Amino acid sequence: MSSQPLVEIRDVNFSYDGRPVLKGINMTFHKGKVIAIMGGSGCGKTTLFRLIGGALKPTKGQIIIDGQVMHELDEQGLYAMRRKMGVLFQFGALFTDMSVYDNVAFQMREHTDLPEEMIHDLVMMKLHAVGLRGTHALMPAELSGGMARRVALARTVALDPMLILYDEPFAGLDPISLTAIGNSIRRLNNALGATSVVVTHDVQESLKIVDYIYFIADGIIVAEGTPAEIQASDKPFVHQFVHGEMDGPVPFQYPCRDYNQDLGVNA
Amino acid sequence: MPLARSIKHIGHRTINAVWRVGMSTRFFVLILLNSGLSFRRFQLTVKELFFTGVMSLIIILVAGLFVGVVLGLQGYETLKSYGSESALGTLVALSLVRELGPVLAALLFASRAGSAMTAEIGLMKATEQIAAMEMMAVNPIARVVAPRFWAGVISMPILAAMFSAIGVFGGYLVGVVFIGVDEGSFWSQMQGAVDFKHDILNGVLKSFVFGVAVTVIALFEGFDAPPTAEGVSGATTRTVVQSSVVVLLLDVVLTAIMFRGV
Ligand SMILES: Nc1ncnc2c1ncn2[C@@H]1O[C@H](COP(=O)(O)OP(=O)(O)OP(=O)(O)O)[C@@H](O)[C@H]1O
Ligand SMILES: [Mg+2]
Repeated sequence: MSSQPLVEIRDVNFSYDGRPVLKGINMTFHKGKVIAIMGGSGCGKTTLFRLIGGALKPTKGQIIIDGQVMHELDEQGLYAMRRKMGVLFQFGALFTDMSVYDNVAFQMREHTDLPEEMIHDLVMMKLHAVGLRGTHALMPAELSGGMARRVALARTVALDPMLILYDEPFAGLDPISLTAIGNSIRRLNNALGATSVVVTHDVQESLKIVDYIYFIADGIIVAEGTPAEIQASDKPFVHQFVHGEMDGPVPFQYPCRDYNQDLGVNA
Repeated sequence: MPLARSIKHIGHRTINAVWRVGMSTRFFVLILLNSGLSFRRFQLTVKELFFTGVMSLIIILVAGLFVGVVLGLQGYETLKSYGSESALGTLVALSLVRELGPVLAALLFASRAGSAMTAEIGLMKATEQIAAMEMMAVNPIARVVAPRFWAGVISMPILAAMFSAIGVFGGYLVGVVFIGVDEGSFWSQMQGAVDFKHDILNGVLKSFVFGVAVTVIALFEGFDAPPTAEGVSGATTRTVVQSSVVVLLLDVVLTAIMFRGV
């Protein structure tokens, strides 16, 4: 790839209280690309996003965004970097004391001096893009789970960030919204010339919209490639994931003792 | 050994308590350092003033009236036996302005507004709203915590003053209107006995200190709460218990300094 890397993740390791979650992750996100990160539940995808956003420091390795090492930035530098990023949280994290409109307007009011009429138009455009212009007066508690997630999506891209991290944007969406949101992620990325990283379990949808895919398991990258390469892959892991099989190299269970032992059965 | 274990337990609790005092002091300093926004965009503080101050108004006024009425009744019974019913106004006013106003208003404020602040911030943290704000490059201490702090600090003296004022009215109602103490001496003795600097200003100062203590405890507990339902409910309880104890303790210290010159 000839385009310049926006994000470089170099040999990143991370442990929660001594329990390793990520063990040497290397990734490169180029400008203008949409990248998918897949992996079983609990494999550390959200943790990786927290590391990219600078909310956690890697125990080893570094994350370089736009030429700057994230964990070496001071608070001001970190905030300056975060202004150029948009993060969709896994559970939306809408501000429950503000209306949908105020949620989407939040960053515009905090970070810009735009007049209120202009903010109004921008908010309506962002809400229109996720199909929820009609909900602007509602409070987050009055939205369904999928609607809240779409509002959160509109808020994430409110200031047209250069790097957008989506933590499971498709969870809880019906097939129509899912396709619409998938397309709008792609369209938005192209329009902004941004870089988008999507954590998702939705293999079929992401194969349609992304440029590159990483699979994480056991804290390392077990497979990567373009959608065509992934679909053609005969690695057992990738095959299991793409086809959603229970049996295979990815265990369904969190690491645990023998089942019979836990049930008190002498096998 | 049970003894060794209970000593260990006490030691653990003590270290934990000292650690929390240190952390909340640090938190207090952080709030002060990040207070610029609360005044530059004063409408943020005004919004919180509404929630903490205006919402506490009803309970403060009702409680103040009752306390004044009881003071009037009890004071009259006692003073009557010395034949000095005319000092009723003085007794009611001094008790309220010096002690009961600031202390009871602060206790009510802790359970009404303080617990609400803790629960709100704790829930914002549990639902990742605080983390989301940080990711949007907005400092949550400046944007969420500091306006609530200043709203609490501003509203506490005003609430205490209202408590005292309506309490005096309650004492008047029971003493003058119902029992029939002479109205002129009720007010004039009160005016003569209550000193502006010594009584009123010290009362205001007390409630200001209580306001700082209660809001810092409430905000710290909320910000520090584990992001779970039990975490938030535990923090809410701690806010009410700790701020009540701290208010009563501070009252002893402040009274000793202000009125005995210790
Ligand atoms: N705050 C935390 N403290 C301790 N351990 C944590 C914490 N957050 C996550 N973990 C652990 O780290 C591992 C990775 O969690 P993470 O949330 O990154 O998973 P994920 O890949 O996002 O999963 P999912 O797809 O279910 O969202 C999990 O095993 C989890 O138990
Ligand atoms: Mg996750």
